[in-house]
Amino acid sequence: MRHLAKKHPLAIRWFHWINFPLLAMMIWSGILIYWAYPAYLKLDQTTWRALKINNRLAEGMALHFFFMWLFAGNGVLYVLYTLLSGEWRELVPRRGTLREAWQVLLHDLRIRKEPLPRVKFNGAQRIAYTSVIVMGLGSLVSGLAIYKPVQFAWLAWLFGGYQGARFVHFALTVGYVLFFLVHIAQVIRAGWNNFRAMVIGVEVVNE
Amino acid sequence: MSDEVDTDVDIDIDIDKELKRLTRRGFLTAAIAAGVGYGSWKWLRTRPWDGRIPWPLRNTLEANESLARAYFSESRLSPEFRSSDLTRVRVNGRLGLKSPIDLDAWRLRIEGAASAASLTLDDLRQFPRRTMITELRCIEGWSIIVQWSGVRLADLMEKFPPPQLPRYVALETPDRGYYVGLDIESALHPQTLLAYEINGNPLPLLHGAPLRLAIPVKYGIKNIKRIGTIRYTDIRPADFWGERGYDWYAGH
Repeated sequence: MRHLAKKHPLAIRWFHWINFPLLAMMIWSGILIYWAYPAYLKLDQTTWRALKINNRLAEGMALHFFFMWLFAGNGVLYVLYTLLSGEWRELVPRRGTLREAWQVLLHDLRIRKEPLPRVKFNGAQRIAYTSVIVMGLGSLVSGLAIYKPVQFAWLAWLFGGYQGARFVHFALTVGYVLFFLVHIAQVIRAGWNNFRAMVIGVEVVNE
Repeated sequence: MSDEVDTDVDIDIDIDKELKRLTRRGFLTAAIAAGVGYGSWKWLRTRPWDGRIPWPLRNTLEANESLARAYFSESRLSPEFRSSDLTRVRVNGRLGLKSPIDLDAWRLRIEGAASAASLTLDDLRQFPRRTMITELRCIEGWSIIVQWSGVRLADLMEKFPPPQLPRYVALETPDRGYYVGLDIESALHPQTLLAYEINGNPLPLLHGAPLRLAIPVKYGIKNIKRIGTIRYTDIRPADFWGERGYDWYAGH
């Protein structure tokens, strides 16, 4: 029977949508900083200028060290909420997650024809949504190592030194961009009912 | 049978009504939230500047500074390296080095001490000589490993003590083309050196001859070259890059 079913709790929807502009702001201000010493991926000055990210190091740092509090705060509250509400059970990998994730991958690549299990989050989603939180923690910790490499010299040491921490911080950012691209593609594939549920909390179920 | 179908249709209509209501409410809330977010961003960007950044960003840098200073301990040291780790040195700043200098006539002036002092490089060489191999981290992101030799700023301050412990130390080039301010904890840190040698050789002019600051608890911008004046002060000193959008503290 066709009916409406609750899907995403209000708190999780807020955390999710607040995180979106905050992460975007962290990445953009991070690129303003990266311009001053593009150690890994280089663009020529014409491209930087066309994108208006040249000579904005001070502005980038000021924004980065402002929005870092909001980004970290939102992330910490999200993790606390999932722990206290029990939502974490739907989100973290469990027994059989790896096998399920493999089946999802084969299904999405149209190699496997059988329909996917009807669950809130499948194995691939559990791995993705848990990984991105671990990545967030990695960004906070590697960021702290870059921000205060003397007071937290032991942290920088864990990353193989100051430049090692910078590399990890950068690589994680590339990771967010890749996550975002796959995420958007999957949201488009899953359709309107799924997307709307992330805004209003309920979805239409036919069974 | 027909009854059941009718009920289903009724339920379907109810579901669509409810869905419409929830959708309208949800997306309206989302639109308002997006508007508030965008408005806050516009507000932030248009605040009057304080040191060339909007004042809320300046206040945040200063709040971050308070936290960092509360956590700072002079027992935490910047990692030291071996001479085999030395990297190629790099000249990045010529500010304050543009005017001609007569190295023989150069004196280090100390202001704000119980008695004003003027020291030659030989006077400074009488102090215990300290050598360290540390990482100089530029605010741009690159870093180099350098060996510095010189005098601890803390040793100099002990010999020429201020009447009472100041809150800040200001350092300036002789022409005041470049100037930095230090919080007292960073100034007294054991790795804060008034360096007269780089990698075992006297400082070349472009590296700040005859005397520069080597301060690994700060970004490179605080490692002022060609120091002319050191001043003890309770008033937060002007800082060249701090006036140009950067964090005044710039501490590690």
